[in-house]
Amino acid sequence: MDSLIDLLPELWIAAGETLYIVGLTLFFGGIGGLLVGLGLYLTRAGSILENRGVFVVLNLLVNIVRPIPFIIFLAAAQPLARVVVGTGIGNAAIIFTISLAASFAMGRIVEQNLLTVTPGVIEAARSVGAGPIRIIFTVLLPEALGPLILGYTFIFVALVDMSAVAGYVGGGGLGNFALLYGYRQFNPVVTWAAVLLIIVLVQLVQFLGNWLARKAFRR
Amino acid sequence: MSAPSPVVELRDVSKVYPPTTKGGDEVVAIDKVSLTIDAGDVYGIIGYSGAGKSTLVRLVNALERSTSGEILINGTDIARLPERELRPVRLGIGMIFQQFNLLGSRTVAANVAYPLEVAGQSKETRRARVAEMLDFVGLGDKARSYPDQLSGGQKQRVGIARALASQPGILLADEATSALDPETTSEVLDLLARVNKEFGVTIIVITHEMDVIQTLATKVAVMDQGRVIERGDVFDVFSNPQQAASARFVSTVVKGLPSASELAVLRRRHPGRLVTLAFRDTSVDQARVFGEFAAAGVTFEVVYGGINEIQGRSFGHLTLALATPGTTDAAADAVIDAALHRVRTLTTVTEVR
Repeated sequence: MDSLIDLLPELWIAAGETLYIVGLTLFFGGIGGLLVGLGLYLTRAGSILENRGVFVVLNLLVNIVRPIPFIIFLAAAQPLARVVVGTGIGNAAIIFTISLAASFAMGRIVEQNLLTVTPGVIEAARSVGAGPIRIIFTVLLPEALGPLILGYTFIFVALVDMSAVAGYVGGGGLGNFALLYGYRQFNPVVTWAAVLLIIVLVQLVQFLGNWLARKAFRR
Repeated sequence: MSAPSPVVELRDVSKVYPPTTKGGDEVVAIDKVSLTIDAGDVYGIIGYSGAGKSTLVRLVNALERSTSGEILINGTDIARLPERELRPVRLGIGMIFQQFNLLGSRTVAANVAYPLEVAGQSKETRRARVAEMLDFVGLGDKARSYPDQLSGGQKQRVGIARALASQPGILLADEATSALDPETTSEVLDLLARVNKEFGVTIIVITHEMDVIQTLATKVAVMDQGRVIERGDVFDVFSNPQQAASARFVSTVVKGLPSASELAVLRRRHPGRLVTLAFRDTSVDQARVFGEFAAAGVTFEVVYGGINEIQGRSFGHLTLALATPGTTDAAADAVIDAALHRVRTLTTVTEVR
């Protein structure tokens, strides 16, 4: 317990780093996921930008990337991280790699959320002359907003999960803190403190997500 | 007055879907349909589900693209226009749907404003037009409500307001009342009739409900298996359908001809001769027909019948059981035949067996 009190400054820094990593990956992975999801939705058979080639490639890519355990993906994507963000270690590398993995995971969720939009509503928009871009921004995304918010809340938890292995490539955060000061030093109290903080964080975000989604559903 | 000009003209239009399975057959949804719809018409298209009527109406605003043929909207062929150039065409054609298809994320007012946004109208123009349209459909007080807070009939009225916001000359109604209860249906039909009369909008109504055609349409086309099998003035098709499928639709609303089971009951009760007389409009003088029977010494009993009114004109059928009191059985047939011969010069007589 005393050692936990001594470690409190490090704990807060680690919590801040987790927020930093998860916040940025939610942003980049969220945009990536939106693009992948829209791509899947719009190019599928019968949709407004139907394109079999693009759909098959995207679909295959998502199916290949999603099942790879993240810790292996992190190692496998390291050369790519070096090319894109200039380094294969540290927070920059972990943010890049999580964003990449989250784009594909989120893409599938976005696709499924968009599929909840009634095709008739899109037809109604087409019937007054709306083009694809206008339909995306004025029909698809607003109509699917409630499910999308819940989808992003769901992926938030996955991001916290992925960020826990940041320590393996020299990144920080609560996962690294728990391993470094708790697990490796046989101090379960420290590990549990990190767990408690993560639970609080996830609960808060889930609560916020549910509240926003309810507002978006207007039901 | 000049002859009415066609606002929608289909010439030999077909829509063929590729086979759903490898090596399967193509699916012909629309089979060489030609149809002319004049300005101010309320044109009903009726058929069973799968007859192709929903596809047909979507060819008019190019939501579905035709495989062959010409589709003239106000004289311009839109069949081969690229998607981009269809925008102005579609702004001139409103559409309402069975499931209303309102945007749930937008208020009623914002739904009605949607086509005006697409048309690039200014905010002031949109606001004025939306208020005008909501007043027209009687929902001025619901502008800030969301579609989820409305009843089915109210949703469809919003749909109508939205469809008419950009002041189109044509309105497509795809099973617009099929999801509504009978009372709400008649409210919506009344509203559509006003749209036609007050704004002069040409309306194309797709339905499988004959009473929608009866109350609203001036002309009707009957579809079966992708083809138009019969068309004409509603009164003509209703009073004298030429095709079996049309007759089946007509019989759902037009009473007057006994069904097969009713006929069996009548036969048992009346062993003598049964005839059905058709009365159409004022062209048949009922009093003279009955007078002929009386003069020939033939008595009759009305055993089945009905008179219908469509657009202020009436038509109907009466089934009579004939008898000849005071003659022998052997002479009866000859007497009745002679009477029927004279009646046939006045109206259509069908012997019921």
